[in-house]
This record gives sequence, C-alpha cells and structure tokens, in this order.
Amino acid sequence: MPHIRVTVDGVSYDDQVEARRLLVHYLREQLGKVGTPVGCDTTNCGACTVLMDGQSVKSCSVLACQADGHDITTVEALAADGDLHPIQRAFHETHALQCGYCTPGMMMAALDLLRDNPDPSDEEIREGLEGNMCRCTGYVNIVRAVREAAAVMRATTAAPESESRTTDVPQQVVREQEPAPQAASGGASS
Amino acid sequence: MIPAQFDYVRPGDVAEAVRVLAESEEPKVMAGGQSLTPLLRFRLAYPDVVVDLGGLTELRGVADEGEWLRIGAMTTHDEVIHDPLVAAHCPLLAQATHTVADPAVRHRGTLGGSLAHADPAGDLPAVALALDAEFLVSGEDGDRAVPASEFFQDYLTTVLDIGDVLTAVRFPKLTGWSFHYKKFSQTAQAWAIVGVAAAVRRDDGSVAEARVGLTNMGSTPIRARQVEEACRGVPARTDALREAAQSADAGTDPPNDLSAQADYRRHLARVLTGRALAAAAGL
Ligand SMILES: Cc1cc2nc3c(=O)[nH]c(=O)nc-3n(C[C@H](O)[C@H](O)[C@H](O)COP(=O)(O)OP(=O)(O)OC[C@H]3O[C@@H](n4cnc5c(N)ncnc54)[C@H](O)[C@@H]3O)c2cc1C
Ligand code: FES
Ligand code: FES
Repeated sequence: MPHIRVTVDGVSYDDQVEARRLLVHYLREQLGKVGTPVGCDTTNCGACTVLMDGQSVKSCSVLACQADGHDITTVEALAADGDLHPIQRAFHETHALQCGYCTPGMMMAALDLLRDNPDPSDEEIREGLEGNMCRCTGYVNIVRAVREAAAVMRATTAAPESESRTTDVPQQVVREQEPAPQAASGGASS
Repeated sequence: MIPAQFDYVRPGDVAEAVRVLAESEEPKVMAGGQSLTPLLRFRLAYPDVVVDLGGLTELRGVADEGEWLRIGAMTTHDEVIHDPLVAAHCPLLAQATHTVADPAVRHRGTLGGSLAHADPAGDLPAVALALDAEFLVSGEDGDRAVPASEFFQDYLTTVLDIGDVLTAVRFPKLTGWSFHYKKFSQTAQAWAIVGVAAAVRRDDGSVAEARVGLTNMGSTPIRARQVEEACRGVPARTDALREAAQSADAGTDPPNDLSAQADYRRHLARVLTGRALAAAAGL
C-alpha cells in the first residue's frame, strides 16, 4: 500500500493509504476531519474544496497518494481557539448559508480568490466561486459575505499593529501525529 | 462512489513512465485527474495501474523555441493562463483556457490532459487545431511528432496508444495574427455548447488569412475550411466576416443532447464564427 507524508492543517502525518483512496476520504475517514463534506461524484459541486499548497482544489478529485509531500488546509484550520476567521464571521453575520453543506467549500474557494485578489468586485467574486454550488441561498448573501470578509481582511493587513487577529490561515505547530484512532489505518472504506 | 482497486506508480522520468505502461495490461496515465478521477469514481474506467505523471517536472512549463512555443503536457491550466510567454505568443490558448471549468479544476487540470482526453466539448482541442499545433509523443517505439490535424481521431479518441505519453505541445507563434475564442454555454463552469477559435491576419483594410476551429460540432474538433477560404481577401468589416461565416457548419456533424439540438448548434456555429472572426480582426 502506498505510503504518504502529508501536512494537514499544520500537523504532519505519515500514513499508509490505499491507492484508490480519495483525498477527501483520507481527510474524513482516516484523519477524522469531517469538516470537509462530499457533495457529488462529478467534480462539479465544490463542497469538498480544500487548499493544497495554498491553492484551491477539489479534494474528491485528488488521490490521497497525489497529496504526498503537499500541504493541505481544510476549513477546520480557520477558527483559532474558537475565534472565527473573518470569512467565517462574515458568512455567519450576512446569513450566507442555510443548510450549510456548501459552506466549507465556499469559504475555502473564497480564501483562494482573496489571496489573489484582495478587493474583488461582485462579478469577480461570482467568477471566483463558479466551481462551488449552493442549492439553498441563491448566492446573493454569499457574494455579500465574501465582500465583507475582504474588507475586514484588507483592514487587518493595512493595520497589522491593531488588536484584530491575523487573517492568515492559521498554521498550527507542526508535530508528528499518529492517525486518528477511529481510522482503522488504511482499511477499505467501501 | 469509490474507485475500483488499482496499483499506483509515480515515475521519476518519461522513460520510466513509458516502461511501466509497456509492462502493464490495462494501464492509465493520470495527469491532473480532473477528468480521470470522476471516471474512476463511476467505474467507467478500471485500470490495473494508474501511472501518475505528477512527479515529472520535465513535463511542466513553457519554453521559447524561436518560431514555436513549447508547452509541457503537465503544465496546468492555471499556469497557462498566467504565463507571460503564452500571453505574448499564444494569447488564444490563454483566453480559451480561462473559460475551462473553474479555478479549482484549473489548478489541477493540465493542457496535455485536456488534449489527450479529447472531449468534443473541450475548449483546447479546437485551439490546437486552429493554430496547427504539433503534439510530441513518447512511446515504446521512441518519440514522434504528430500534427494537430492527425491527433484527434474520434469521440474521446486520439492517435495516442495505451502505452504513449504526450510530453509537450508546440504552438507556432503566428506573428502578425490576432485571435479570439468565443464560447457559448448556459451556466458558469459549463462545457461549450459550441465554441469557436478564430485567428485572423489582416492586411490593412482586408483579411489576408483566417483560421477557424470549432468546438462540439462533431466527434472531434473541426476546421471550418470553407470559412477560411471565404475570408481570404474580404474587407475587414463585420458584415463581410458574418457573410463568410455562413458556411461554418458545412461538413460538421453536431450532436443532439440535453443542451441543444443539432440544428441549433449549426445556427450557433454560423453566428459565433462571424462574431469570433470580427473580434479577432479587432472590429
Ligand atoms: C467540473 C468540470 C468542468 C470542466 N469544464 C471544462 C470546460 O468547460 N472545458 C474544457 O475544455 N474542459 C473542461 N473540463 C475538463 C478539464 O479541462 C480537465 O482538466 C481535462 O479534461 C483533463 O485534464 P487532466 O490533466 O485533469 O487529465 P486527467 O483527468 O488526468 O486525464 C484525462 C485523460 O487523458 C489521459 N492523459 C492525460 N495526460 C496524458 C498524457 N500526458 N499523455 C497521455 N495521456 C494522457 C488520461 O489517461 C485520461 O484518459 C472540466 C472538468 C471538470 C471536472
Ligand atoms: S464533492 Fe463535489 S466537487 Fe468534490
Ligand atoms: S447553504 Fe445549503 S447548499 Fe449552500
């Protein structure tokens, strides 16, 4: 069985995975990181979006083997000590979710967009999130949330000495860790 | 769904990839995996070995080769869009690539994967065909170069053998030409119902030469040769180019599917070809 070394949300893991195991299943079933959901079989919906070396990818369409040597950030890294990341706060405050199924992917795709373009227009936000589907909200409040988070994040970057917490994706201390106990390591999940 | 079991190999160079492919019974090359992973999940593909080209840095990047631009097969869509050499010498490819899928798919999906997959609705095959690109292939019997006019054979079928690796694609620089890719689709992140890749070389007030590649008007990308002939020497005016575009659907065999009927696609091909030519001519 292939052997991978991968960093997920700042923690490095050394694991055996089945060749056919999708990254999203590795995250959910082997590491217990269920913050990243699966919404489709066709790479269309974007619910599973995570960052790989800082770039958005659909984790249902990357094999866990292909993540070997890479740095993965999931939605679970966003809130530090219960303090919400500006993108999370903005989704909460502008009512940018209803069932919430698309929300982790939406937020990760939005962070990818804002890294490239810290002050996007509504049109650019819609384009940046074109790979993420929401069956509930109609997108209007999602666009608002991203716009508001962008403003907060720009203000924080402009005034680094201020009290507000950093808007970077938090990097936890890297430490070696055994796979989560619920993971019957490498067992087939099918 | 969960893919069926397969072995996974990540070769260190092209020679090793070709060797592993030759030694396996039902191997499958994986590039960005953006088309292949869904096929594996639906169990429409069930290879015994997946040969992942992800470690082959030699297949990644853009090189200036004088008259040509050489783009490694593993160069991602996102890299193509942001590459300064592509912007300077092959802007049609950058423009068409920008319409492919969505940002996350473009971070993983590759130029070579799109061309090797040869989906008739894919945007890049028509561009490669219109620009007379050349495909560099490594296989058990050595290396060969295949012109775009021979590369695409049928629906999802190219000249690539099961043991072949597409290593790079060479695009001629076409100095003095201007370009436009026109894609018609209904929603964001959607495949083209019809797409048109147009290239025009102007001679002051008239069109000296034009090239047109069509997306999703048959089982392969198609050159609209009649339109190209009709464009020769016409005044560089919108009405003249619209007139020349009237034969855009000649010799095509567009599909009937959920997005559109064949006759509507024929209509779109004529209208969009006129618009793409006009935009390419700077009108
Ligand atoms: C939601 C979604 C929307 C999309 N929308 C569009 C769109 O609008 N327009 C468009 O053009 N495309 C679209 N695509 C497809 C996208 O362009 C893919 O990236 C592309 O088709 C496949 O590239 P890949 O690198 O991921 O290849 P893979 O999925 O890895 O491989 C695809 C096929 O090509 C073969 N292959 C790949 N590379 C090589 C090589 N170097 N040598 C030999 N064989 C090789 C593989 O064996 C496989 O059969 C979309 C994809 C998705 C998921
Ligand atoms: S689960 Fe739908 S794109 Fe990954
Ligand atoms: S909130 Fe339900 S899918 Fe977006």
